[in-house]
Amino acid sequence: MAKSKIGAGGGGGARPGLPKCLTGIKGLDEVTFGGLPKGRPTLVCGGPGCGKTLLAMEFLCRGALEYNEPGVFMAFEEKEQDLVENFSSLGFDLKSLIKHKKLAIDYVHIERSEIEETGEYDLEGLFVRLAGAIDSIGAKRVVLDTIEALFSGFSNEPILRAELRRLFRWLKDKRITAIITGEKGELLLTKHGLEEYVADCVIFLDHRTIDQIATRRLKIIKYRGSKHGTNEFPFLIGENGISVFPMTSLFLNNCVSSERMSSGIEGLDGMLGDKGYFRGSTILVSGAAGSGKTSFGLQFVDSVCKAGERALFLALEESECQLVRNMKSIGIDLEQWINGGLLRIDANRATLCGLEMHLVMAHKAVEEFKPTVVVIDPITTLMGSGVQDEAKAMMARLLDFLKTEGITVLVTDLSLLGDHGDSTEIGISSLSDTWIRLTMETQTHKRMRRISILKSRGMKHAYETKDLLITDKGLEIKDIPRRRKDSK
Amino acid sequence: MKKAAYQLILYVAGTTPKSLEAFSNLKKICEEYLEGQYSITIVDLVKNPKLARGDQIIAIPTLVRRLPEPIKKIIGDLSNKEKVLVGLNIINKG
Repeated sequence: MAKSKIGAGGGGGARPGLPKCLTGIKGLDEVTFGGLPKGRPTLVCGGPGCGKTLLAMEFLCRGALEYNEPGVFMAFEEKEQDLVENFSSLGFDLKSLIKHKKLAIDYVHIERSEIEETGEYDLEGLFVRLAGAIDSIGAKRVVLDTIEALFSGFSNEPILRAELRRLFRWLKDKRITAIITGEKGELLLTKHGLEEYVADCVIFLDHRTIDQIATRRLKIIKYRGSKHGTNEFPFLIGENGISVFPMTSLFLNNCVSSERMSSGIEGLDGMLGDKGYFRGSTILVSGAAGSGKTSFGLQFVDSVCKAGERALFLALEESECQLVRNMKSIGIDLEQWINGGLLRIDANRATLCGLEMHLVMAHKAVEEFKPTVVVIDPITTLMGSGVQDEAKAMMARLLDFLKTEGITVLVTDLSLLGDHGDSTEIGISSLSDTWIRLTMETQTHKRMRRISILKSRGMKHAYETKDLLITDKGLEIKDIPRRRKDSK
Repeated sequence: MKKAAYQLILYVAGTTPKSLEAFSNLKKICEEYLEGQYSITIVDLVKNPKLARGDQIIAIPTLVRRLPEPIKKIIGDLSNKEKVLVGLNIINKG
């Protein structure tokens, strides 16, 4: 996968002679290296509730809105009105698309009990309707959802299969880019073996639950004449439709800033080459319980807001009120920033929903609030809401996303293994640019907080461990007094 | 032909052997069993594609019994007389 990143930009991976059709669906165009095969049908299959209809409809809506390609939706299962209502909740105004002749919906109703069959017939009626709908708006895209309904409507399978073959050939001849949806079958990909007719591109959607966390996945089973991502890609159904998360979305070519910003703690800036963090870098703060991670994060937030910039704090353990109260006790007033619109605290329990959903919420908050700094406290609890490897991949995606947006990220991490484990649990340490460790050390009768910088890419940083004091005016860093020599 | 008890519509797509056959089969059956109480309308979807939506026509040829209610549909060339008669509820099954 890593090698294929290079040619992936802008659909350049396609061989000449295989034109592609951008779907406009987030991430899907990346994993298919430029979209679906243009002028050909693509089969989208999966179990009930896996998002087939949504993917198909979004393909049409985005086609109409973003690429000026009108589309026909032939629905065999849902009525036009139901579709309009269902999709309005995802922000797609089908009514207005229909009004502006960007979209046509034809609901095909088949009621077996009403129909008696005698002798030879064909499905010319379906062709006539589809042709009529295509011509009425000059459609370039067509969705048939789910054409398998025909199998329950007509009993003469040889006729049906011959007609399906004719239909797909007809669509190809018309140079229509089509999505055909199909229900998952037990032995075949689809219940009635539609893959036999649609051989160019097959996409499989899956909705499964592991450890009580539901995840949606997308896999490209086949894409004739084109390379494609072979992994299973998690995808989400969010408020703006589908987002597919390609593992390799980060091309590692994002521009870096050499601008610096204060950590909010004077002594720490001193440890970081006198200037603080790089803007747009990822900072990991790990430490044991009670070592001051949350305060550390919030003091950074405070200094960001003081500079008149926006900060987003994703709290996974404490509520907004609690955070504000606690910070007041160490002399930091967060309320002024919240009221002034510079600070937004989103508090959600990690177990509230799956990791994907957390990702969506984070994406959404970032898009709405446009912060320059995001703090996630603590990232460790997200671990509980997913399988370990998955959590790691998910975190990587979130950090990648923030990084490409040029946002400075500070994540805190509760190290359960104690103070000296160098392997951060989720393994995000390798993704972070600066890694700071807070520790607790017991000395005679006192537990002392200590701070050290394990790494900080691209700058000279201090190597000695220092004292971290929590005072009435926030966190302060002091050199460790030379206790051994002084005493006695 | 006003207010015929049996209002039948035959949907075809162009003049094809199948549609001609369906029409002649239908005509024969109606003359034999429904003399004087039926009307047949032929709708050619090639000329009027929009009419396919109203009666949810997919297969061609399709015979729709509008009246008496409920609406019944028979698809195919209507070559099996027994089935047509059952489908139109002219004779009961069995």
